[in-house]
Amino acid sequence: MSKAPAAPKVANLHDLLAIAYQIEIDAVDRYNLLADQMETHNNPELVKVFRDLARAEGIHGEEIRRMAGDFDVVNHARHIGKFASDSPEEADLGSAHYLMTPWHALQLSLKGEERALAYFTSIVNTAKDPEVKKMAEELVEEEAEHVNLVHRLLRKHPEPSKNWADDLDPPVSQE
Amino acid sequence: MTASPSISIAIVGSGGAGALTTGDSLLETACTAGWHGLFTRTLGPQIRGGEAAGLLRLSADPVACLPDHYDLLVGIDWLNAHRFGAEIKLAPQTLVISDPRSGELPAMVTQAGARVVEVPMKEMAKAITDGRPNMIALGIVARLLGFTPEQALAPIAMRLSSKGAAAIEASNAGIRVGFGAAAGIDFDMKLPVPKPSSARRWLLSGNEATGLGAIRGGVRFAAAYPITPATEILEWLAPSLTKVGGTLLQAEDELAAINMIIGASFGGTPALTATSGPGLSLMIEALGLATSAEIPILVVDVMRGGPSTGIPTKSEQADLNIAVYGMHGDAPHLVLAPQSVSDCLFTTQWATYLAEALQAPAIVLSDQFMGQARAAIERPADVSFIGARTVAKDITVAYERYALAANGVSPMAIPGTRGGQYTADGLTHTQRGTPTSGEGDHRAQLDKRRDKLEQFNYGDHWSSIEGEGDLAVVTWGSVTSTVREAIERAAADGIKARLVAPRLLLPARPEQMTRALAGVKRILVVEQTHGAQFHRYLRAHYDLPAPVRAFNRPGPLPITAGEVHRAITEWR
Amino acid sequence: MTAVDTRNVYKQADYKSDVKPIWCPGCGDYHVLMSFTRTFAQLGLPPEQVCVISGIGCSSRIPAYTNCYGFHGVHGRSLALAAGLKVTRPDLTVVVASGDGDGYSIGGNHFMHACRRNVDMTYVVMDNHIYGMTKGQPSPTTEPEFDTALSPGGTRVRPFHPLVVALASGANFIARCFSGQVNETADVLVEAIRHPGFSFVEILSPCVTFRPDEKAWKDLVHPAPVAATNDPAKAARRIMTDDGFNLGILYRGNRTPYQPAAGGTHTDLSQLEKDFEL
Repeated sequence: MSKAPAAPKVANLHDLLAIAYQIEIDAVDRYNLLADQMETHNNPELVKVFRDLARAEGIHGEEIRRMAGDFDVVNHARHIGKFASDSPEEADLGSAHYLMTPWHALQLSLKGEERALAYFTSIVNTAKDPEVKKMAEELVEEEAEHVNLVHRLLRKHPEPSKNWADDLDPPVSQE
Repeated sequence: MTASPSISIAIVGSGGAGALTTGDSLLETACTAGWHGLFTRTLGPQIRGGEAAGLLRLSADPVACLPDHYDLLVGIDWLNAHRFGAEIKLAPQTLVISDPRSGELPAMVTQAGARVVEVPMKEMAKAITDGRPNMIALGIVARLLGFTPEQALAPIAMRLSSKGAAAIEASNAGIRVGFGAAAGIDFDMKLPVPKPSSARRWLLSGNEATGLGAIRGGVRFAAAYPITPATEILEWLAPSLTKVGGTLLQAEDELAAINMIIGASFGGTPALTATSGPGLSLMIEALGLATSAEIPILVVDVMRGGPSTGIPTKSEQADLNIAVYGMHGDAPHLVLAPQSVSDCLFTTQWATYLAEALQAPAIVLSDQFMGQARAAIERPADVSFIGARTVAKDITVAYERYALAANGVSPMAIPGTRGGQYTADGLTHTQRGTPTSGEGDHRAQLDKRRDKLEQFNYGDHWSSIEGEGDLAVVTWGSVTSTVREAIERAAADGIKARLVAPRLLLPARPEQMTRALAGVKRILVVEQTHGAQFHRYLRAHYDLPAPVRAFNRPGPLPITAGEVHRAITEWR
Repeated sequence: MTAVDTRNVYKQADYKSDVKPIWCPGCGDYHVLMSFTRTFAQLGLPPEQVCVISGIGCSSRIPAYTNCYGFHGVHGRSLALAAGLKVTRPDLTVVVASGDGDGYSIGGNHFMHACRRNVDMTYVVMDNHIYGMTKGQPSPTTEPEFDTALSPGGTRVRPFHPLVVALASGANFIARCFSGQVNETADVLVEAIRHPGFSFVEILSPCVTFRPDEKAWKDLVHPAPVAATNDPAKAARRIMTDDGFNLGILYRGNRTPYQPAAGGTHTDLSQLEKDFEL
């Protein structure tokens, strides 16, 4: 069992901003990885969905940099501890499927946003530093907006039928 | 087979489109209706969701090789289809069915100047509950080829039987929509009416035929280590051997597999393993053991692109060298090569018979093309080649396992036989079997093992020899069918050529080859290797009495009948 | 099993061939051969019903010195050969003979899988902590500081622990013997052969030529302080902590021996062909 803490330590406002920034960057990388997988596996619709999600997370990251003002949050993020496993908005790789639909991708995104929301909420509840607490409250509002955005997108992409993963062609042995 | 008219169809799709299922299903539809056909696949590098093309050739006569170009190409989608450009050749008269919303037309279509008809298959499929574009495609092709929607549905319904009536109905609806959409499409190629025949016909792959040939020949034990493209032989044998009272054992590696079959054969059970190039490399040492200890075994090598890991999913003929020359020391043994899907059955059966009769290992060189192609064949006749080992029984005098015999074959005592105890050995041995370094025994046993093979009467099966003419086209394995078709086309041009395709590669048959090449003034050697392995083998073992031209090309693309035809006509 | 009581119908000499072993005088393998013949005689096995399967190495020469059926195969693969034989001829008694090089080095992979597969046979490894036949290279059981030409100053690599590997891989019977104790070894071999599944017997068998220091083994070996257990966890603890000279049956497992799937009739090929019919 890893002895690293589940989440990196938030000692002050700079730590919080750096972690918030890193969460978004981790999400960008993860969505791009999934987009690459979809590209290799001939699912162009999902390539677009994941690239769009990556782009959106990139914009969130930029917002956090803006909120940090003069403080070099990018550099600080490099030195701060990491999450023990996936960071809150990293979509679960194990749930990917070459035939996945936009609904599946958005479900992954929704879970990510909800995890981030929960994480920042826990900071609100435990922070002693009033600056940290205030910033955490703002971040909670941001994440709540993201959650609602994903819900709206989900209304445009209905859940697929139960046969969505059917592929009559068998797997190929490449070696 | 005369140069029979055929129709060739390629179905391309990716990411779960089901292109292969569509093509394979059409094969069944056509063959059930009385036609002959051959189906192969070509694939991208992914394990699932990759780009795939099903390649189908139909005719009223048996089909054993792929066409020079395709008459009909259906693109369920064109994602990464450019990968197949070299393999799916089109002509200006080719009809291409394309979904305008599923990717750009690949260069192979635009460059060929083929006629493109757009059908929105994806959209049509969306309008059906659980509809799939490949069922639309299936309906279109069915109509163009002259089949009914019911005929197209039948194989699909069988495949979907476990998924319930709704799934079958969705496919049915898709087929009918496609069928309707094809009403206005002009495709004037028609298959001739199938010839009425009382012969029973089968639909199977070369790998399945190999497995059945082994069982017919008497094999009742197989050791298995999976490797592409041989695994299907072992997967077919697993339940099949059990049904006939035999056993299959999965081995931890090829080194174990070959030793297991030696053990089983030592115990009296004809035994086989199947592998590909990399596995055969691992088995070479033990093949030498089987040669020296005179234990019959069968090793099927379904050749793939090499060297090393090579191209596992493509065909090539470059394991000839290792099969013939791979063993250290002087180790004469049997090497055979089937020439078609159908011949996989006969050759494997014959190889089993020969291995048992001659107490020697037999390597059967099949290849990925034959192994994984599915074709309609006439039900192979039951032949009398069933393994019959010369066995020592009722032993009353001191038993000598490797006693010198007139035909070189010394009776083998099977464990359990009183008085027959001996230790089989890879060490050079005396007639009794005890290790020796003496020159007399060494020479005597080398002679014995060589002579038993060379003196045997293999009859006419040693080679296909067809036609007359002062040009001989010499080839082997799956290229035989391609050469045969090329010779037929040349005959239509008034050019006569003789086909010589050895089925038995080792031991060489010098007298018989001399007779086969009598009167020949030109020899064209055709093979699918980079290093001209077969050409060199011919020169090493045979007198080639006339000038030789070598046409050799490595995989992954098959040699086409058109190329060989051109090589024939260009050499006057 | 035949109804006739065949016990003691055969003498030890019935299991010896007239081939003179090439082993150096003083080699422990002479004793092992005596143990083999004593074992087979004790079990009353007809010599033609016994198969001794081996690989390459001094110990692997043993089949030709018996009057049983034998196979002197290639290096390291005897267990695979024996599996193919036994699975197709369950009526035979199959004994596999190997050494620490043939069995634990090149044969290591097959060793693990043979234990795992648990086909009914007995695996005897004559361990002399050296490669004898090829003139004295270290084997997987050679001490790390033992100086040889191929590893001056010693291998500095920790030796392999075959009994632990056997236990972890699923061997159903594990024992250690010393070649010098011919009768005790024979008794263990009798039990090993009788025990269903894969029985593994390591016989410490000194190499007089390349390990003259192993003369001391006769004073280092001692009987195991406790009787065999059928609890793998107990056995693991004991085997991992013993001094390598602990003799006796150390583990008797309860695994069912490997059985291939029950078969159909021997002549019914038509069933196979139905699937292909158009």
